[in-house]
Amino acid sequence: MADVMNIQGHVRLGSNAGQSMTRRDGVLKVTGRATYAADNRPEGVLHAVTATAGIARGRVTHLDVAAAEAHPGVVKVYTPANRPDLAVSPDEKIHGFAWRTEALQDDTVRYAGQPIALVVAETLEAATEGARLLAPRYDADTPRIGLDGGVPFQPETVSIGASPTLEAGDMDAARAGAARHLETVIETAAQYHNALEPHAITARWTGDRLEIDTPNQAIGLAKQSFAAYLGIDPAQILIRSPFLGGGFGSKAILFGGQLLAILAAKDLDRPVKLALRREQMYGPVGHRPATRQTLKLDIDPQGHISALDHHTIAVTSSFDDFIESASNASHSVYATKAMRTTHGAVRADTGTPGPMRAPGEAPGSAALEVAIDDAAYAMGFDPLEFRLRNYAETDPATGMQFSSKALRECYAQAAEAFAWKDRPLEPGSMKQGRLLKGWGMGTAQFPCPMFQAAAHATLRADGSAVVETSAADMGQGAWTSLAQIAADGLGIDIDRLEFRSGQSSLPDAGVAGGSGHTATAGTALFNAGADTIRQLAELALNDPASPLFGADNAGVTARGGRLYRNDDDTRSEAYEDILARAGLDLLRGDGKGAREGEPERAMFSHGGVFAEVLVDPDLGQVRVSRLIGAFAAGRIVNPHLARSQLLGGMIWGIGFALQEEAIHDVRTGRFTNADLAGYHIPVNADVPMIEALTVHEDDPFVNSLGIKGVGELGVTGTVGAIGNAVWHATGIRPKRFPIHPESLI
Amino acid sequence: MTQILKLTINGTSQDIPIDDPRATLLDVLRERIGLTGTKKGCDRGQCGACTVLIDGRRINSCLALALSYDGAEITTVEGLAQGDLLHPVQAAFIEADGFQCGYCTPGQIMSAVALIAEGEAGLDPERVREGMSGNLCRCAAYAGITEAVLKATRAMNREDAA
Ligand code: FES
Ligand code: FES
Repeated sequence: MADVMNIQGHVRLGSNAGQSMTRRDGVLKVTGRATYAADNRPEGVLHAVTATAGIARGRVTHLDVAAAEAHPGVVKVYTPANRPDLAVSPDEKIHGFAWRTEALQDDTVRYAGQPIALVVAETLEAATEGARLLAPRYDADTPRIGLDGGVPFQPETVSIGASPTLEAGDMDAARAGAARHLETVIETAAQYHNALEPHAITARWTGDRLEIDTPNQAIGLAKQSFAAYLGIDPAQILIRSPFLGGGFGSKAILFGGQLLAILAAKDLDRPVKLALRREQMYGPVGHRPATRQTLKLDIDPQGHISALDHHTIAVTSSFDDFIESASNASHSVYATKAMRTTHGAVRADTGTPGPMRAPGEAPGSAALEVAIDDAAYAMGFDPLEFRLRNYAETDPATGMQFSSKALRECYAQAAEAFAWKDRPLEPGSMKQGRLLKGWGMGTAQFPCPMFQAAAHATLRADGSAVVETSAADMGQGAWTSLAQIAADGLGIDIDRLEFRSGQSSLPDAGVAGGSGHTATAGTALFNAGADTIRQLAELALNDPASPLFGADNAGVTARGGRLYRNDDDTRSEAYEDILARAGLDLLRGDGKGAREGEPERAMFSHGGVFAEVLVDPDLGQVRVSRLIGAFAAGRIVNPHLARSQLLGGMIWGIGFALQEEAIHDVRTGRFTNADLAGYHIPVNADVPMIEALTVHEDDPFVNSLGIKGVGELGVTGTVGAIGNAVWHATGIRPKRFPIHPESLI
Repeated sequence: MTQILKLTINGTSQDIPIDDPRATLLDVLRERIGLTGTKKGCDRGQCGACTVLIDGRRINSCLALALSYDGAEITTVEGLAQGDLLHPVQAAFIEADGFQCGYCTPGQIMSAVALIAEGEAGLDPERVREGMSGNLCRCAAYAGITEAVLKATRAMNREDAA
């Protein structure tokens, strides 16, 4: 076992982290014993179903409440007329990460599928039928749908509080010297997260204490938000979210149905369970909006980008302001003398978009990579050679050094595994039987944010430990990789560690999002362990009966449940012995995870993705036949799980490039495909030979553990790689994702 | 009017009072008798999260009206392991990381058990992918799922041979 840490503060790579452990929650998940929110069945539970709007804009003028309440088993129907009060309107932005939501505050309809009533019944069947019996009538206005049907406006911010514009360098001068001016216009479709677990809540009041089972990616924040809406002390609320059946951003945000279930549970004095139906997830719980992006590239005679201009128009709702920051994906990927990125937006009658796996980056990278490929061909370069020619040695947006960037190695490894060097430059040159074959590539890049997290670590008398933090495991493997990091912080074997997580009574671990959860919560856990060990070492070093006594200057190292003198490895003592002599049953340390101060380096994960597609020349059908990526993301805590994350992201890239698209009927504003039969996501047979390699990368700047993120990285790069492979097969540049077969014939 | 539904679930026969004839087999399992291992992802036969075996065949229990299965023998994910001993398919899913969030997993595993029993796919990855394509995984753990099915097939072939 390698050294874990040195008490003097020098952190070395650990013994538990870095290993391919299988998931700690694996047995629970394969036996059906993992309890998701809707699996809870508290005594006396009532079932709630929301009725949803069949128009996209207007007012509800009538609901047949009497018919619904007359249905056997229906207990109560809530409408704006009788909905119990909230302390704060759900239209209030209670903090920077709050979305306006619908909890029956009035009779307006702002998008199709919006909740307009809640029916509570003894059984799910009765509640479902009750909701149907409401037979709403409306005063409908003409809906405004899509990029061209909505109302354009200039947003003040994009994403969460980011500037919509960035300019670096002198655009005019840079453009003047260019040999080629190229323009690419790409549209991307509206996409819905479609976590396999529908959003759900089971709410129960005991006196003035509220227990909530609901999947949530930011449990601490959710507690504060629920408390604010309800006007109660956060201490009265307990949220349990041990398992999330996928989140991808959609479960970071509260939605009105949760508030309604809580209010109904209070009003009826019985537990209430609400699970959205699949089609009800197309509106109130966020989505990735449609974009139209225009990229202008100016290339000098040597094939260097001299100016890059990326403009995005994104759809948002009529009542809130999440603007997909797609242009920002161009900030830091390729070297350029000058750049300008801008955003516009369009208000339409849809639910408000929100962050969806690689928000901004996924659509932005898709457009950028197509534009870069186009430029490579125009200048007569192999796509990889062109990207290397325009390799960003420093961050072009800020001029900062990268904290680490092993992108060259990623390109090299993935290209080698793919056998890219045999690629002919001209499109339409390869065939497999009657199918057209094409190869394309893209660069993956994703930023490395850190949020705020806190953790406790407690050493027990027997030398085992328990760590606590309210981290969320939505499938990324947090329970496992965070436990590995925590064990390292404590210098114990992971089998000696109890990992408590997934509920709001524990220290706040921040949001599981932005690919920053492992880094943030991991740092907090590691620091909590280190704090505990520091106290333990102090006990031993000051105790004449300890073999470590007097080791002060040399220091000690914690590993395998013992402290060792750094200057004499034969002198060590077990944790339990140190505690016993000090008469302690427990020793607790605290830790925080956050980035201190303003970053002085640009911090990103990187990768190179290579795709092979086969295109049917008669039908235009595209199949991805090979997909290989190599990624550098700092220290990989658990290679087994990181691979799954990267592959998952790449497969999302397949969905983005070829399948995923929510389609509105523009006359009614309703969806024509709000289900899993009409909204296509990749299935097993869509996933060919696929591989994600990881490239070693030490990053001393990104955080003390050297951890970047892998959750979203795989989506970026992949979409463009597939689009470029389709071009290479057919000679047709995609103008839109997903690529429709009819655009290829 | 309450009717009695006779089912043998995971080897135990049960008389289940059905208070509502509209109840699907999925909602009976989940809401009436507390077998919540079987999941609901779409409630309309599009995702496979609710897959169970009825008389050895895989079906989407969300599309099955419970009362029409009177007398049937049902296996759910809770019925695969024997005590602490995991079914080879369950073990293979853990080993090959055939899941992330785990929500589709009970359905994937039941489908895999049936697919292996059907014997149609054998050790051909292409056919395994095809045979598992009725079970959606939004985490996209497909590479692991395919690997797990192949691993389990091999393990079960060895068991049979032994
Ligand atoms: S829940 Fe039955 S197929 Fe989706
Ligand atoms: S593991 Fe999450 S949906 Fe399959």
